[in-house]
Amino acid sequence: MKPVLSAAAPFAPTAPTAPPHSDRKRSTDRGVGTSSSRPDGIPKVKGQFAFSSDLWADGMLWGRTLRSPHPSARIRDLDTEAARRIPGVHAVLTADDVPGEPNYGLEHADQPVFASDVIRYQGEAVAAVAADHPEIAWRAVQAIEVDYEPTAAVVDPEAAIDAPPVHPDGNVFRHLTIRHGDLEATGEVTVEGAYAVGMQDQAFLGPESGMAIPGDDGGVDLYISTQWLHVDRDQVAACLGLAPELVRLTLSGVGGAFGAREDVSLQVHVCLLALRTGRAVKMLYSREESFFGHVHRHPARMWYRHHANSSGDLVKVEARLLLDGGAYASSSTAVIANAACFSCGPYRVPNAHIDAWVVRTNNPPCGAMRGFGAVQACFGHESQMDKLAAALDMDPVQLRLRNALRSGDELITGQRITGTAPARECIEAAVAHPLPPEPTGKGGGPDDPLLLPGGAGRTADRADVRRGVGFAVGFKNLMYSEGFDDFSTAAVRLEEGVNGEPVATVHCAAAEVGQGFVTLAQQIVRSVLGVDRVVLRAADTRVGSAGSTSASRQTWMSGGAVQAAALAVRDSLLERVAEARGVEVQGARRKLLTLRNGEVVGVEGRFRLTLTDALGGRPVEEVREYRHAPTMPLDDDGQGDAHVSYAFAAHRAVVDVDPELGLIRVLQITTGQDVGKALNPLQVTGQIEGGIAQGLGLAVMEEIVVDGGRIRNPSFTDYLIPTALDMPDVQATLIEQPEPGAPFGAKGVGEPPTISSTPAVVSAIRAATGIDLCRVPVRPDDIALSERTP
Amino acid sequence: MTSDRNPGYAEAGHSQVEAAAEGAPAGSRLTDESESYTLQVNGREESVKAAWLGESLLYVLRERLGLPGSKNACEQGECGSCSVFLDGTLVVSCCVLAADAVDSEVVTVEGLEPGDGLSDVQQRFLDAGAVQCGFCTPGLIVAVHDLLDRVPDADELTVREAISGNLCRCTGYGRILQAVVDVQRQRAGTQP
Amino acid sequence: MTVARPTTLSQAVDALAAMPDAQLLAGGTDFMVEVNFGHRRPTDVVALRRVAELRHHATDGDEVVLGANVTYSQMQTELAEALPALAAAARTVGSPQIRNAGTIGGNVATASPAGDTLPFLAAVEADVVLASPDGTRRLPLADFITAAKRTAIQPGEVISEVRFPAVRGPQQFLKVGTRNAMVISIACCAMVVDTDHRRVRCAFGSVAARPLRPTEAEDFISDALDWDTLDAETNAVDRFAALAAAAAEPITDHRGTAEYRRHTVKVMARRALTRSLRA
Repeated sequence: MKPVLSAAAPFAPTAPTAPPHSDRKRSTDRGVGTSSSRPDGIPKVKGQFAFSSDLWADGMLWGRTLRSPHPSARIRDLDTEAARRIPGVHAVLTADDVPGEPNYGLEHADQPVFASDVIRYQGEAVAAVAADHPEIAWRAVQAIEVDYEPTAAVVDPEAAIDAPPVHPDGNVFRHLTIRHGDLEATGEVTVEGAYAVGMQDQAFLGPESGMAIPGDDGGVDLYISTQWLHVDRDQVAACLGLAPELVRLTLSGVGGAFGAREDVSLQVHVCLLALRTGRAVKMLYSREESFFGHVHRHPARMWYRHHANSSGDLVKVEARLLLDGGAYASSSTAVIANAACFSCGPYRVPNAHIDAWVVRTNNPPCGAMRGFGAVQACFGHESQMDKLAAALDMDPVQLRLRNALRSGDELITGQRITGTAPARECIEAAVAHPLPPEPTGKGGGPDDPLLLPGGAGRTADRADVRRGVGFAVGFKNLMYSEGFDDFSTAAVRLEEGVNGEPVATVHCAAAEVGQGFVTLAQQIVRSVLGVDRVVLRAADTRVGSAGSTSASRQTWMSGGAVQAAALAVRDSLLERVAEARGVEVQGARRKLLTLRNGEVVGVEGRFRLTLTDALGGRPVEEVREYRHAPTMPLDDDGQGDAHVSYAFAAHRAVVDVDPELGLIRVLQITTGQDVGKALNPLQVTGQIEGGIAQGLGLAVMEEIVVDGGRIRNPSFTDYLIPTALDMPDVQATLIEQPEPGAPFGAKGVGEPPTISSTPAVVSAIRAATGIDLCRVPVRPDDIALSERTP
Repeated sequence: MTSDRNPGYAEAGHSQVEAAAEGAPAGSRLTDESESYTLQVNGREESVKAAWLGESLLYVLRERLGLPGSKNACEQGECGSCSVFLDGTLVVSCCVLAADAVDSEVVTVEGLEPGDGLSDVQQRFLDAGAVQCGFCTPGLIVAVHDLLDRVPDADELTVREAISGNLCRCTGYGRILQAVVDVQRQRAGTQP
Repeated sequence: MTVARPTTLSQAVDALAAMPDAQLLAGGTDFMVEVNFGHRRPTDVVALRRVAELRHHATDGDEVVLGANVTYSQMQTELAEALPALAAAARTVGSPQIRNAGTIGGNVATASPAGDTLPFLAAVEADVVLASPDGTRRLPLADFITAAKRTAIQPGEVISEVRFPAVRGPQQFLKVGTRNAMVISIACCAMVVDTDHRRVRCAFGSVAARPLRPTEAEDFISDALDWDTLDAETNAVDRFAALAAAAAEPITDHRGTAEYRRHTVKVMARRALTRSLRA
């Protein structure tokens, strides 16, 4: 089916689109496509929403972890005696107390629950305590005596490839190569560059937290913030040595995730403490511990050589990518595959040779973060495209347009894009927005310092400032890849509610982490069943897996599962009515009966039945598993139909730079994003603006500074994320070309805003300063002390 | 009224702790640490018993008084999630020693609007799509109430500066700024 | 009682005398962070926020008096006209929430190399006034801060005021940070062009253990400046900036390199002076 090109009207986020809260509206007004309000909004604004850190249980104890201060060490001795003797301490656990599997891990179970003999990263967990009061827990942790023998840490990812193994599984998590087309091909023009991306952190606002309550059956109930309940459950059960049915997880309020909650953090520890003490145990990380307690974005070193003909057609891309995975595997093998597959960007590249490594070091472990390898690659390929445009003396936007992928094109993995690929439309939309007005430079009062780089620090006058405009475009896959069995499950139940009106209940384990899946679930059921009142049960392991809230997949996958279950409920109900009316059930019901405006109606219009009457006091419930089209592994040359669908986005950034001090203020970011169909325009806007903030952060301020394996800035004092004074005006255009095969034609929207926003900002800084910046985050001295700056 | 939910710190029997903890950090005598005091929170008198002296107001609100609306995202005054009013002044409650908050009126997010109602700020946050994960939301709601009570006609830069102490990781602040504009218009009578 | 809550300065002094191990608590923005992170374990506390006389300030005489409890918000709003560089410095501290609670006395007592009010106080040659059972004593800020985060405060003493001669003439404050809000300075600069005494005084923060007064640079420019027209040759301004940079003793840490810090001193010195001369 040929995708329909829609006129991409600029999206005006200031136009109120949310219906007034108090009005009773017909169900179609809050269905798919509307900016329906989130169901958890009222508790959130009143401070009544229960995040996992807000949980309380009678008699609960407080858990706390002991973590290694050394990045690499042997544990010679561990003495918990003094800690145990502190009154108010109920348990002190170490590796010896793990009854089941000693290790866990997302893709490879290579990470110990507690380190026993070897420390592989600063912050690795060594022990955990449970006590009456958090202060006592703190003192107990201080009282544990560990005799560490620091050993030489492997901190250079390049050296790690051949260094002695940091772990019995070796130091190379994955090495993959993409060979596509003619590797001997060359272009008339070549540009080469080396680029680096620093370690970004997800820095979700709600630190790790959870509560474990031991069950009467020898099992445990865990109330947790996470991105994937079932994968947590499986790892916890394995480490506890319990059957999965005895480990019951319920999603509690999550304060953001962005990839940092895919891996287990405190889950096993808190369950162990609960089972050992027989009491409810609550654990929450401080911000500082949080920085040590979750994986970060992989730092990357990239080398690229682009070949083009003199007209600007890309001929070949060569690249070498090296990602530092830190001490344990996490999802590194998938991240590097993404980085490699999307290394060349959303362009037709007939020939490509990509050599991609992700390695183990004693640096902090890295894993999923929004963008998942495509972020790093995009900085590389977009920096190269700017360089190429300059070498060709060609407008950078024209160079992108010329090479932009289209539906039907072949990627460097050999896969053809069968869905929509509106790369051109995204690019054109991003640059169509008017630029901010140039500063007048006339007299009449100094600029408000907040309008200039340096802000209230008053470092610059207008005359010290240069403006630059930059551009970038990127893409990545949606959902999981390379043959992974990616599915989601949802149950929908329709019944008569207490007031006689029909109510639909959705039970889905999809982790709501702020992105608004809960809203979408309601909208889908409203649209399918015509029922306005839709209730969501708590997400837990009592229903089948919904997969991870990541990879921009939940709208498609869990939206698809909810839709499928709701459609099944509809069909069941119509069958029931048809049977009751003596109408032919098989095949005929759809011709004769349908749901419209919350009623069962005859297609010919002569029959109407309210849902309540149709139900007749008997609920209808259906459970469905939803899978996307199968994907294939990549072969030894990195070729294979490894992905399902792709999403594209382009960004343009306008920045003011004070080159002498290297300080930056971003004035405006515009974007065109390929969303398929905006199922909730207000929520889509929120995802775009929030993602751009993270992209801006990586461009100019966010980095976990690691020195000799040690984190130098594990606090919000020195790990800086954008404030309201750092974020610019954002103008977004949604490109809606419905994606074939996607529920409602919608593509996931979470990751694309983070991918090309970073290189767009850097491109603008280069334009303002003339400096060949090749690393993010850009630091002031990269500009101020550059040879280009007088 | 007492709503102290936390097990008494005194129940830990810390007089024995002194003997056990010879390696304790310098300057921390471990005898007789139990604090009891009364706070005025959201118009009610709240009794705190057997608390550890070092507890912040944030901790006491959340873990002793059943008021977990104020959030702990950094415990060092760098994120604004714990913002409350102390005698009508906007402060970060993680930086207030709870035992020193006696004699003051504390208002938390839970105290902004009685019962099940929503303040206009709360309603507009919902309508504008300014709430995603919601962890920053209580602190922001309090900060916006503070701003608009003091500077009703604040321009965009003033608004940005006023909320620059409230970090949000989900929204990028765009919808939050829109919510503030919506409240301003509503209060000025230029928008229903 | 383990938390003393005096309402007068003499009550505060007495409370401290009665509990020699007590820790002083004003705005709490340094104190509580240390407690929350386990670096400070309070036993006895003398809370100062109720001592009204410590919030007093006077800027209309020959000597400016700032009570130790004056908050950054007060400096930003109530002192903006009289002490614009101090108000500008206060505006860059932390967040609005922090500014509502944090005090000038706390900033001086903590004596961080990055303390945002300290360069201004150094540039105006402020004295710190300490109250104790023995009365009051007064010593220059430069003598009060003895090293990074170390002061000459004695047991039983409470900072009651900061005092300095009223100064006429342009004054500037600049602060370099990598974010536009809530940022610890990579380096900062306070400058007063004292037209009465024909003296340029400036101090830099975060480029030495204590606020740095580049006296050679000050001597040079005070001499080179045309005080009648309040003007200077461009190369004199540049030389001043170079001398200031040469005097800095910056370190390299996770916030910035020594080289970059030294560079910012030069740029800030030049810009601050240029703005003052244009003013």
